[in-house]
Amino acid sequence: MTAASHQTFAYAPAPESRAVVDIAPSYGHFIDGEFSEAADGKVFKTISPSSEEVLSEVAQAGTEDVDRAVKAARKAFTGWSALPGAERGKYLFRIARIIQERSREFAVLESLDNGKPIRETRDVDLPLVAAHFFYYAGWADKLRYAGFGPDPRPLGVAGQVIPWNFPLMMLAWKVAPALAAGNTVVLKPAETTPLSALFFADVVRQAGLPRGVVNIITGDGSTGAALVGHPGIDKVAFTGSTEVGKAIARSVAGTRKKLTLELGGKAANIVFDDAPIDEAVEGIVNGIFFNQGHVCCAGSRLLVQESVAEEVLASLKRRMQTLRVGDPLDKNTDIGAINSAGQLARITALAEAGEAEGAERWAPSCELPTAGYWFRPTLFTQVTQAHRIAQEEIFGPVLSMLTFRTPQEAVEKANNTPYGLSAGIWTEKGSRILSVASRLRAGVVWANTFNKFDPASPFGGYKESGFGREGGRHGLEAYLDVR
Amino acid sequence: MSDKKSGKPRKPEQHDPAGGPEEADTAQAARLAVFKTYKLYVGGKFPRSESGRVYEVTDSRERRLANAPLASRKDARDACAAARKAFGGWSGTTAYNRGQVLYRVAEMLEGRREQFIREVAEAEGLPGPQAAAVVEAAIDRWVWYAGWTDKISQVVGGANPVAGPYLNLSTPEPTGVVAVLAPQESSFLGLVSVIAPVISTGNTAVVVAAEKSPLPALSLGEVLATSDLPGGVVNILSGRTAEIATPLADHRDVNAIDLTGADFGLAVELEVAAADNLKRVLRPRPPAVDAPDWFADPGTDRLTAFLETKTVWHPTGG
Repeated sequence: MTAASHQTFAYAPAPESRAVVDIAPSYGHFIDGEFSEAADGKVFKTISPSSEEVLSEVAQAGTEDVDRAVKAARKAFTGWSALPGAERGKYLFRIARIIQERSREFAVLESLDNGKPIRETRDVDLPLVAAHFFYYAGWADKLRYAGFGPDPRPLGVAGQVIPWNFPLMMLAWKVAPALAAGNTVVLKPAETTPLSALFFADVVRQAGLPRGVVNIITGDGSTGAALVGHPGIDKVAFTGSTEVGKAIARSVAGTRKKLTLELGGKAANIVFDDAPIDEAVEGIVNGIFFNQGHVCCAGSRLLVQESVAEEVLASLKRRMQTLRVGDPLDKNTDIGAINSAGQLARITALAEAGEAEGAERWAPSCELPTAGYWFRPTLFTQVTQAHRIAQEEIFGPVLSMLTFRTPQEAVEKANNTPYGLSAGIWTEKGSRILSVASRLRAGVVWANTFNKFDPASPFGGYKESGFGREGGRHGLEAYLDVR
Repeated sequence: MSDKKSGKPRKPEQHDPAGGPEEADTAQAARLAVFKTYKLYVGGKFPRSESGRVYEVTDSRERRLANAPLASRKDARDACAAARKAFGGWSGTTAYNRGQVLYRVAEMLEGRREQFIREVAEAEGLPGPQAAAVVEAAIDRWVWYAGWTDKISQVVGGANPVAGPYLNLSTPEPTGVVAVLAPQESSFLGLVSVIAPVISTGNTAVVVAAEKSPLPALSLGEVLATSDLPGGVVNILSGRTAEIATPLADHRDVNAIDLTGADFGLAVELEVAAADNLKRVLRPRPPAVDAPDWFADPGTDRLTAFLETKTVWHPTGG
């Protein structure tokens, strides 16, 4: 803690019990309603990034496994798409309810495999996962009223590749609308976080879904490439890096595959001089340190109006000193583990580039655990727009602060990025919110709040942050043949 | 402009330079027609191709109609710059205002109906009544989209019932500069059907006219120039589709591309190039599907293809 505090109240450890989760020593692929080994017997380990403990061994899908999964999904498509929408909806309602019942188990599992704090998995990820299934369940028998024509048809088999930052939530965002619209899916979770998707297979079993409607294959980028490149799929949905998103966009050129991409971001969080500073600082902290900054829509560029920059900076530093970094399963933890050694190396390298390019680096002093992957919440000041830390997505708990004088300058700086996923505005002036929001080239704008998500709210980016929307009525379009 | 001598079709005179003896006037010495120099339409002006190149445009029976500019890569880039420059103003006008401008296009076209019937008849080898039906449908299409400008937001946007104390509002916004490869087989109705939806929502467009029959498109530029449409909102290029489309698909300051006028091979190439900055891509219909019926109800697909959805959150209460 800081010199400013005269008295420190220590937190006693408050660990959530691991006993609620039973992780098997190994998992195969979930194809056609059954778990099976990889055709070539290849496996890889998934570890807990907070301890480097091996959690389980999972199968590495090769082209043969991908092919088998796609064929299972294709076979299941006939029956699934022919089901009355109301029946499909009831399956999804079942899934939503089972997720709610098993949410503590999933929350602990996700914190173990991903490294994110239990407070977030318990209070954010899992409630949103259940809500997402509940929301799209209700669409299944109402598609003709969704504004996509009188008889909108499903596309067929969806190949879905999801990232490691919100493993189960990204699964829900992909699977729920796909199934509601009558598609079947082959989903590949990220290499470093396969477990919650594999546990979801058990939810699918408990809900009694027909075989092959949901298939889950695990593997690395080569598995993902094999899936999106498979000629038997009709739809590709990808959430991940812009670089991979572009490669996928190239690979589907000339095919019938419909594509939606939810990619990187470099969001500006804009604080005007009339903003309530304390609330804004909470929003800045939530914007960048939520989920260790492993958030595509993270508010990673703080733009503060010059006249209040000093005040905001002092308050922000004070607040950052209270952030608790450590055991993801401790209920008091604010910032958990960095998801992987590779991601830690990338964050470290970009932070070093920030220093090398002349920005000023600051982080509160806090003890980091000895095992696992950790990075202190970090703030850069004296950042210019040309710095790499102001241009590139860091995907970690690193905030770059810049200043501006006029709203016009704020908008120009905010838009000065190839990305366009999200943005934040802090001001008490309503007309300013509306005028700035309308000029920001970003798919989601949070005004006097940040990092809010809801299944009814369309999410997705402008420019190189991708195309298509997930969530809400808009999210159905990605899984319907609307031609 | 229609012929000054009322009732006398101008078509034969157009063909004189081709030397068709069957077209030569006989009895009285006919007035020598004034040919039109067809030009590009870029940034509200009518430049020739910066390359100085032209190509001969013929009718469906290979008779010479006119020379058209053979636009270059540089012309394509200039058109993109003009479209970008116009985007802020056009996307910032009210939807009501955009609707009136689009309606004005219909008014101007109605006045030039005869000219376009003649140009379409020549370009597509259609008999008069069919060409008239095409032009009338095209005029009505402007009216259709004029009415959409201030309605599409309500149809595809609105308040979202999120589970918390927030106002959550989704609004469609134009994606930006859209490169439009006009259909090759429908030089006017198809052309209008791909331009009007793009600009009605506030996008600006760089349009590549049908390669073999660009004249109706170039004449449309003259109509747009007199329809209160700000310069640069629509830019029209003629020439080799592949040559012009490639720099458009590569261009980092183009937000979307409509591949309707590309054949399959070219469409694949352009879609790959478009991935470099993740342009929104509207693919041509697969060859297996029937040729598009440009007379059919256009629906909203071409409107929504070039819209982004922006969702704004704000706390309620307090």
